[in-house]
Amino acid sequence: MSDTILLGTRKGTIIFDRINSKWCPRPIAHAGIPVCYAARDPRDGTLWASLDHGHWGPKLSRSRDGGASWVDITSLKYPKGARYIVKYLPTPDFNPESPSALPEYADATVLKIWNITFGNATQPNRLYAGTIPGGVFVSDDGGDSWELNRPLWNHDSRGGDLFAGDATTENRWFGTPASIDYGVFEPGIHSIIVDPRDSEHIYVAVSAAGVIETTNGGQSWHSSSKGMLNDYLPNPESEWGHDPHFVTSCSSQPKHLWQQNHCGVFYSDNGAQNWKKVSIPDIGVNFGFPIAADANDGRTAWVVPARADSERMAIDGSLLVARTTDGGQSWQTFRKGLPQDNAYDIVLRHGLDVSGDCLCFGSTSGNLYLSEDRGETWQCLGNNFPPIYSVRFG
Amino acid sequence: MPRVEMTQHLYRFFPQLKNRIITVPASSVAEALLTINNIAPGFTDYVLDEHGALRKHVNISINNSIVVDKIHLSDRIPNDGTVYIFQSLSGG
Repeated sequence: MSDTILLGTRKGTIIFDRINSKWCPRPIAHAGIPVCYAARDPRDGTLWASLDHGHWGPKLSRSRDGGASWVDITSLKYPKGARYIVKYLPTPDFNPESPSALPEYADATVLKIWNITFGNATQPNRLYAGTIPGGVFVSDDGGDSWELNRPLWNHDSRGGDLFAGDATTENRWFGTPASIDYGVFEPGIHSIIVDPRDSEHIYVAVSAAGVIETTNGGQSWHSSSKGMLNDYLPNPESEWGHDPHFVTSCSSQPKHLWQQNHCGVFYSDNGAQNWKKVSIPDIGVNFGFPIAADANDGRTAWVVPARADSERMAIDGSLLVARTTDGGQSWQTFRKGLPQDNAYDIVLRHGLDVSGDCLCFGSTSGNLYLSEDRGETWQCLGNNFPPIYSVRFG
Repeated sequence: MPRVEMTQHLYRFFPQLKNRIITVPASSVAEALLTINNIAPGFTDYVLDEHGALRKHVNISINNSIVVDKIHLSDRIPNDGTVYIFQSLSGG
């Protein structure tokens, strides 16, 4: 069980240490700067934070002394020529009966570094970063330099190789309003899962495209969204256009994957060959953003449900956590220690984590809750934090 | 020689620029920024995006006039001019 928790918040990075069984926050780091994600690399203890500078562009920040000092890393950039399709325009001879359209392109600039994922122990300097607009960046030198994964960027589901010229296929990726600026609506990669047994085997999740998998270290990618249902598309079983809010796996049984999707909770016990919807809306388990998987039992996971879709806040003013231990066939709901009146919290996709029997989640209302008994009872670690974007045990 | 003044927010990341008069042997905004980047490596990563264009929420003016070319930063600076670098104001 970890003795450290890292919070990424609207106003900086907050680190908690467990000292004599009590969780104690340190003074805030990156004060005043939005931090959308913060995590500790378990391989060497390096701390990472993703800064959402409003004016100065997204930056990574790294601490190699346990958080005493931080250094900005500015090398994560899209290469020259990286473009993506932002929308389609009618052709000069547009015919509503048989519409054809011209893609409109944009040069890629980093809008958000949404996720930092650490490579396997066999690749001690390997890191991954998921970005808006829709990139996976890879570093093999501990984060000093980064390279865009081009096979995913050039995927046929996005128009093909736009470095080489105009689109050769139709773009099937949608955007996400998490792109910070109102009116900016680009796809984002928030979840990256490296198979602990095979570093060539990686899943990414895209809002809004779906789950995408590589088995050859990123040389080629394919959709792994079969079974996911997309209530808001004309064809709910479409291969593309899904909005997995967060995807995670059981680290010791990595074929067991979990996702809290826009349209329900989904589970796969076969490495995402098929997904199964395991929501039980009658008890509130359906919509939400985060999901956490137990490290030892692939059939156990936790969610913090919310009211979909136009409200996006706690259900009926009360917070609950739900746990399944049977692969989503049934869910238990837990409320002890959580507010049951006048709670309007929403927990974002990186806002829940598990370590051993400990769970922790933080909301955009600045409330932080901890359980030391696998989610059954909760204690509040504070109510006045800035809006919390991410919670990760270190 | 043109002078450069900037929002104090940038001193947080580049303290070596604080409490000094910055003069630059530059005739364009692009040259001025590169000169500052030599004094404070990484400076341009904060005010320019990866394509070398001015970030969306950053403004630069020469004396009292906002620069026109935010893509290539080609606006000319008079020898007695002052370049101001500041955040775009959005209110609230």
